[in-house]
Amino acid sequence: MDTALLIDLIADLIGDAGHVATGALSPIPMAAAMLARRRSGGRMRVTILGSRRNSRFSGGAKELFDCAAQGRIDVFFLSGAQIDGEANINLLSVGDYDRPKQRFSGSFGSTYLYMMVPKVILFRPEHDRRALVPRVDFISAPGWSAPEVYRPGGPHALITGRCLFDWRRDERRFALRSIHPGETAASVRDATGFDYAEPADVPVSPAPSAELRAEIRDLVRGEVAEVYPRFAEEFAV
Amino acid sequence: MIALDSLEALVARIPDGVMLVVPPDYSGVAVAATLALVKRGVRGLHLLASPSSGIQADLLIGAGCVSTMEAAAVTLGEFGQAPAFNAAIRAGRIRMLDSTCPAIHAALNAAEKGLPFMPLRGLLGSDILAHRADWQVTQNPFADRPDPIVLLPALRPDIALFHAAAADCEGNIWVGRRQELSVMAHAARQTLVTVERVLETCFFDDEAHVASVLPALYVSGIAIAERGAWPLGIDDVYETDGEAMAAYAAGTLFAVPA
Repeated sequence: MDTALLIDLIADLIGDAGHVATGALSPIPMAAAMLARRRSGGRMRVTILGSRRNSRFSGGAKELFDCAAQGRIDVFFLSGAQIDGEANINLLSVGDYDRPKQRFSGSFGSTYLYMMVPKVILFRPEHDRRALVPRVDFISAPGWSAPEVYRPGGPHALITGRCLFDWRRDERRFALRSIHPGETAASVRDATGFDYAEPADVPVSPAPSAELRAEIRDLVRGEVAEVYPRFAEEFAV
Repeated sequence: MIALDSLEALVARIPDGVMLVVPPDYSGVAVAATLALVKRGVRGLHLLASPSSGIQADLLIGAGCVSTMEAAAVTLGEFGQAPAFNAAIRAGRIRMLDSTCPAIHAALNAAEKGLPFMPLRGLLGSDILAHRADWQVTQNPFADRPDPIVLLPALRPDIALFHAAAADCEGNIWVGRRQELSVMAHAARQTLVTVERVLETCFFDDEAHVASVLPALYVSGIAIAERGAWPLGIDDVYETDGEAMAAYAAGTLFAVPA
């Protein structure tokens, strides 16, 4: 997996957002947020959960959620042990809820932030039929809601180690935007457990230049290492 | 100077069967006190993570001290999944109340205010909500169209337990930016704190310190535990010990009775 390519693609998805936040267990989104902030000339506000250097919250652990509820966070990142074709995410367990085959850490703030933050980028490096499933075993947070439910937020895109999907809210399904170098439309289809829309010609995700790779490496060593020392140590671009 | 407890006397104040609230791994976890609690053989805890926990929950669960775990997540973070927690869940040995971070914060906020419940946005359509028989969905009474909203009963823990860098001469506790520690203390009936050291000065004598302090009025007991968060870290004092955490994840750090 080309980690620098993912970081670059995610930074593009962040675009010119005003305030980007990252949550638990999110080293690659953190690196992407650092890159997007640099591209904004430092104007972008970035809040990294678990960082002292890259957080300007003073109100304790609840402040991220209160901020999101007021619309003060534009972009957030979520993942899932399972993600399905309706963008439901499962961070909790596989199998029966009471006696699961596999148990993961838990849902963290996803149950809330997925519904509050306008642009949630789903990120799941491992892309296979165990991860991208027809239907999640447990809904940590739903991909869409009934019209009467207050929901300013939701999915924007899904990026994996193989490809980038857009979320089509009106159609309630994903659409393939680009495949990473080494993949084909058929190999992505084969590795995906849910149906999605696909253009006739699928573009290839751009691979970062040597210069950009060096820039990303510096950001990982200089900023990401504060929060994710193990990731930074193992990071080889 | 204030009266201090020994670590053993401090944890003796935590009876079997209580609801114990603890902070996330980055906020000041009383690991030394937790090991003392395991040694004492506490049983039947309702352990509430505010909002997540790692090595502390895993130690207590592994030692059979916990009957109910309530958390938004239990994980060792970068060091992997919490082994004893995962094994206990798969075997159905503990009752799990799966929650989400803002629900735990909001339910503690309700207790801070002496309120019976707190409404919260989000959650609707999740299986978190579906599995929480104690949460209710109601219609927003102020809306003139359908607007369902979740009500969470207040969480009022019996005891809060955490580790901090320092207490001052009056027993006020330095929490720095970790205001979630203050929320836990406001909500709980009693708060027990381990500290790296006790100062001879008073935080309230310097206005610049006041907003970073949990006042002694919320604190029931203090014990000194140097490196009391190890192998986790504490802001501005020491970092998380990565090697020790990796050893814990591999099951080789502590010899804990099963």
